[in-house]
Amino acid sequence: MNHFEYLQPTDLAEASRLLGDGPDEAMIFAGGTDMLSLLKDDVVAPRKLINIKGIPGLDDIRYTPGNGLVLGPLVTIRAIKENPTIREHYPVLAEAADVLASPQLRNLGTLGGNLCQRPRCWYFRGDFDCLRKGGATCYALEGRNKYHCIIGGHPCVIVHPSDMAVALLALDAKVTIYTPEETRQIPLNEFFVRPAEDYEREHVLKPGEIMSRIEVPAPPSGMLSGYRKFMERAVWDFAVVSVAAVFTRSGDRITGGRVSFGGVAPVPWQDEAFNRKLSGLRLTKRSVTDACKTLLSGAEPLSENAFKLPLARNLTGSLLLELAGVPL
Amino acid sequence: MEGTFRINGRHELLEFSERATLLQVLRDNGHQEVKEGCAEGQCGSCLVLLDGRLVNSCQVFAAAAVNREITTVQGLGTIHAPHAIQEALVEVGAVQCGFCTPGMVMAAYYLLRHHPDPSEKEIRRALDGNLCRCTGYTKIIEGIRLAARRMRQA
Repeated sequence: MNHFEYLQPTDLAEASRLLGDGPDEAMIFAGGTDMLSLLKDDVVAPRKLINIKGIPGLDDIRYTPGNGLVLGPLVTIRAIKENPTIREHYPVLAEAADVLASPQLRNLGTLGGNLCQRPRCWYFRGDFDCLRKGGATCYALEGRNKYHCIIGGHPCVIVHPSDMAVALLALDAKVTIYTPEETRQIPLNEFFVRPAEDYEREHVLKPGEIMSRIEVPAPPSGMLSGYRKFMERAVWDFAVVSVAAVFTRSGDRITGGRVSFGGVAPVPWQDEAFNRKLSGLRLTKRSVTDACKTLLSGAEPLSENAFKLPLARNLTGSLLLELAGVPL
Repeated sequence: MEGTFRINGRHELLEFSERATLLQVLRDNGHQEVKEGCAEGQCGSCLVLLDGRLVNSCQVFAAAAVNREITTVQGLGTIHAPHAIQEALVEVGAVQCGFCTPGMVMAAYYLLRHHPDPSEKEIRRALDGNLCRCTGYTKIIEGIRLAARRMRQA
């Protein structure tokens, strides 16, 4: 771990000023569950760490019927998992929090940190001068790539590790970004950066910018939602593939909704063609299974991860049917 | 850097580097009951309560714990006055090499404070982030069930 200065601003303006010219100068420190590992492994080496936990008002959970949910970036994963309002109105969020890490890490880890965490790729985390760390090669392309992406990769084939992002994407969440000049709001799917645009970053935050709020629209009446995460062991692992589904139904048909994926792409992923087809889809085993056969049809699996495509399709089908109460 | 920590009810003024984790500061100052396993948040052997919340002390900077309340396994019970959880683990034979035990005790304490009557599944899930390299989980779970029963009756 390099030497750094540990600073504790008490408002966003000061924090933003301290962040200076970018990650070589200063990085934000919140729950620390990912940052400590990145520092210990010398993946990052900022001169200053800006602890934002002393800034008031960033750990609020507010729900207003009709308006929806507002979450501060410092809300812990445990708080999301246990919040009765979230469990009632947004099961997909509580379920994603429930299968994330371990109890003690959920106590420390924050929503903002979960959305901004760095990839788990073993070449990125390990002692490799990989593309994402300024090198010339994505070692996973020709190397060990069982857990890497099957769609949207190249020139770097990481997967985005966040569970919360997948659930929030299915809920059509928006992110508010504080800058000294103005505060702006963007849809969550515009928050993440694909490697084809810039393979050295996972999100759009520029130097001095801080995520200040996450907003989730009010749930339409009768909304069904859920999160399913496939892990190689029962608990405490990152998703091999995960899927979040949010939809409404009338009789035996879906009237609208959205499905999103973790573990398949460098960003939390949506198959827009599939989401358009959801509206009107009959909730029978046959029609859901048929529709899922076309999911992620542009996928180009790597040498060791072709299994992810049928896994994503089957997880989606079973989640939709399970939420609808159709026997599998 | 310098700061006061309230450790097991006693104020301690300690010096530490800005890079030091809470785990390092605790161990460097006589709290070797807190074990260092993986030092990256995966094994649970360094668990403490920070203001009553269970955390991996290896994933917290000491600077972030200044002026806060820290409880280690010694704060729950000692060899002469063991906590019901410690007593139960000894009784059922849940301690093999003993390295994971302090973390297991802290995780069990945190569970039982919030759920005095947990199911076996809830006990297992509460230990999601605790590894026992002797793989003695069965006895550990049995010990926590016994402790839970006794604590409810006490």
